[in-house]
Amino acid sequence: MESFATLLDTLVLTRSRNGKLSLIARYLRESPDPDRGWALAALTDGLDFPAVKAGTIRALMAERVDEVLWALSRDYVGDTAETASLLWPQPEGGVAPPPGMGEVVDTLRRTTRATAPTVLAGLLDRLDSSGRYALLKLATGAMRIGISARLAKVAFAQAFEVAVDDVEEVWHGQDPPYLPLFDWAMGKALLPRTDLLPVFRPFMLAHPLEETLVSLDEYVAEWKWDGIRVQLVHVEGETRLYSRGGDDISSTFPEVAAALTAGGVLDGELLVRGTHQGGEKGGAASFNALQQRLGRKTVSKTMLADYPAFVRLYDILIDGGEDLRALPWDQRRARLELFAKRLDPQRFDLSCVIEAKDMDELAEIRAKARDDAIEGIMLKRRDSPYVAGRRTGLWYKWKRDPLLVDCVLMYAQRGSGKRSSFYSDFTFGCWDGDPDAGAELLPVGKAYFGFTDDELKWLDHHVRQHTTARFGPVRETDKSLVFEVAFDSIHASKRHKSGVAMRFPRISRIRRDKPAHEADRLDTLKALISDPV
Amino acid sequence: MGIRIVPADAWIDPARPVQSALVTHGHADHARGGHRRTIATHATLAIMAVRYGVTEGAHQVSYGESVNLRGGVTATFITAGHVLGSAQILLEYAGERVVVTGDYKRRPDPTCSPFEVTPCDIFITEATFGLPVFRHPPIAGEIGKLLDARQTFSDRSILVGAYALGKAQRVIAELRAAGFHEPIWLHGAMERMCRLYEEQGVALGDLRLVADAPKAALAGAIVICPPSALNDRWSRRMPEPLTAMASGWMRVRQRAVQRNVELPLVISDHADWEELTTTIAQVNPAETWITHGREEALLRWCQLNQRSARALALVGYEDEDD
Repeated sequence: MESFATLLDTLVLTRSRNGKLSLIARYLRESPDPDRGWALAALTDGLDFPAVKAGTIRALMAERVDEVLWALSRDYVGDTAETASLLWPQPEGGVAPPPGMGEVVDTLRRTTRATAPTVLAGLLDRLDSSGRYALLKLATGAMRIGISARLAKVAFAQAFEVAVDDVEEVWHGQDPPYLPLFDWAMGKALLPRTDLLPVFRPFMLAHPLEETLVSLDEYVAEWKWDGIRVQLVHVEGETRLYSRGGDDISSTFPEVAAALTAGGVLDGELLVRGTHQGGEKGGAASFNALQQRLGRKTVSKTMLADYPAFVRLYDILIDGGEDLRALPWDQRRARLELFAKRLDPQRFDLSCVIEAKDMDELAEIRAKARDDAIEGIMLKRRDSPYVAGRRTGLWYKWKRDPLLVDCVLMYAQRGSGKRSSFYSDFTFGCWDGDPDAGAELLPVGKAYFGFTDDELKWLDHHVRQHTTARFGPVRETDKSLVFEVAFDSIHASKRHKSGVAMRFPRISRIRRDKPAHEADRLDTLKALISDPV
Repeated sequence: MGIRIVPADAWIDPARPVQSALVTHGHADHARGGHRRTIATHATLAIMAVRYGVTEGAHQVSYGESVNLRGGVTATFITAGHVLGSAQILLEYAGERVVVTGDYKRRPDPTCSPFEVTPCDIFITEATFGLPVFRHPPIAGEIGKLLDARQTFSDRSILVGAYALGKAQRVIAELRAAGFHEPIWLHGAMERMCRLYEEQGVALGDLRLVADAPKAALAGAIVICPPSALNDRWSRRMPEPLTAMASGWMRVRQRAVQRNVELPLVISDHADWEELTTTIAQVNPAETWITHGREEALLRWCQLNQRSARALALVGYEDEDD
């Protein structure tokens, strides 16, 4: 546990990607099995101890620290695990030596909700503050230390000098502590087979199209649909639906999973039937509608009837037993079209290719996308193979321009992670009428990005200087500062007092020049709603 | 802007020029120039003279010495253990005793005299590290980390960000106490204060200026600079600098991350939570007033311990670098 704790501490303080990679690689090379496997699982979010929740930590601390002192400390530190690790009272007298990773994992796995507090307390007593931090991060499964699963896999590849694509490929068929994976990487065993298992393959992703010039001779255009990206896998009579991060969401969309009966791996957008995106012809409802279905463990018949889901297919990775990923996009597309003919049209359709003679015409088509409530356009190189992650030059997303409104800063809260202690989460509002005639501000959204580090410092200072009231960790400001807020779309919402909900709001500019009473009114926002559900 | 002693028409640590000022210690947020009359310890006046030029109307006091102010108020300067020359000020008026701590700590410090517990009716305490998460570890361990880093990265220079007054000299003195006798390199802004400490009898060993050093001499060297220089262009003249910072804030990981610090050293010249609460208990005043810092938590502690307390909202004291 101590060497893992040291690894976490140094990772937190290491800025450069290469520095992080070599720290993780060295740890993986030098630590014994199964410790390093558990550590790798922790870094890639592959560990889950259902009996231990953030609430378990809070409850443990509530028995030891006054609630007000806890709240003030947590607010300052910006991280529950770290706050608890710093506040934990070191036991008097002798304790057992610090536990190893293996012991920690075994103990936490055997733990039930009822025993979790005692078990966790026993482990915490045997560690110093660094060790306690590592333990609590591990136990609650939320590392949030700026290490992506991808980075950990690259480090694994670097540690043992194997190809990262091979690591990605076999990864999802493996369970922690990944002993076969280490054996393979160290040359002691063959690559584990995955072709007979319904495992997840990493998605191919797109870069935003910014200054890049592309030609339609080399690239093909498709609509960018606003649902959730899914991968469908059917092997040996079993179907799995995976989300972007590789989570299995088959049980949330049983009708889609049941409809795929042909062997293969498909990439597409999960949507709900409707007429919002792209009108009658587009056939897809807004993201808002899809949201009604997300995150549910059981799905009622009414849900299935009211929000029927389907997948709009983008790509095919594997056809039957044949891996197509190395083929160019246009050949895969031809195979996808053939494959799609065998599928239930109620549950599957093809993402159509947009016909345009050149980029100028495509730009015009894109400009109309807002009327059709479509998020934007995808550009895919005709000869691109299907590769994991974001590769420069292969796929681009070309989103439509955002909508802009001027809002007034109302409340601010401190951020977490690298923004801890800075007031960086902002709630802003618009006027519910004429501000000069006594109208009030109603909150319309919340944003915590879009500004530079220097602007963040300025905003933090502004909040501290213009605080009028405090509600726990939230500060109310004097409502004098105007933000230009950018967002992708806006929807009617019954959950918000303002009656609207923004999608992807971010601070686009700080309008120090603009007086608050000139900010936009709610009516302006409501006029931008395109799906009055 | 400081604490006003109404019957004496004088101020403690005023932020703006006044007729009569009592100054607890030489840090810039407490000691300002331009007062008609400045009452402070010998070392504090020497520090102020270096910073603002020789003060007109300087009145020097020794520890334990009392000064009669106007209106029947007596002020006594008592050691605070914060930095060289730092003092608590005991005010006596009409049979009542008030202690203003200024900044203080309870840990041993080879560069200044230790804090003395002084019984009083009203205890006005600082609260810079007034949150229970702040527990400063023993300094020997932190100095050990610094020396270990020097061993591990023998081709890099170890750049230590530290307050020019107090922290820098304490780190140097502790390094010497740990048996490190090689030259310690200084950023130009550190020189005057280090020299002043030596003049006041605090031995700091072989100190040299970075400006005079060939780059090669700085590999494996310990360099002390102000925190603001850590990420400044100035630091690029070092061979692969390893950024360390000596500060009580380093206890919290994200504070270190936000300052680009690779080697956090939890070394503070302020009282930590344990020291603050222990001190209040030992002084055992009828009332505790809490000034600059995290007043809310200490206020809560007083409430939980059935102690009468209130927060004084003083602005202008900032210790982001301590």
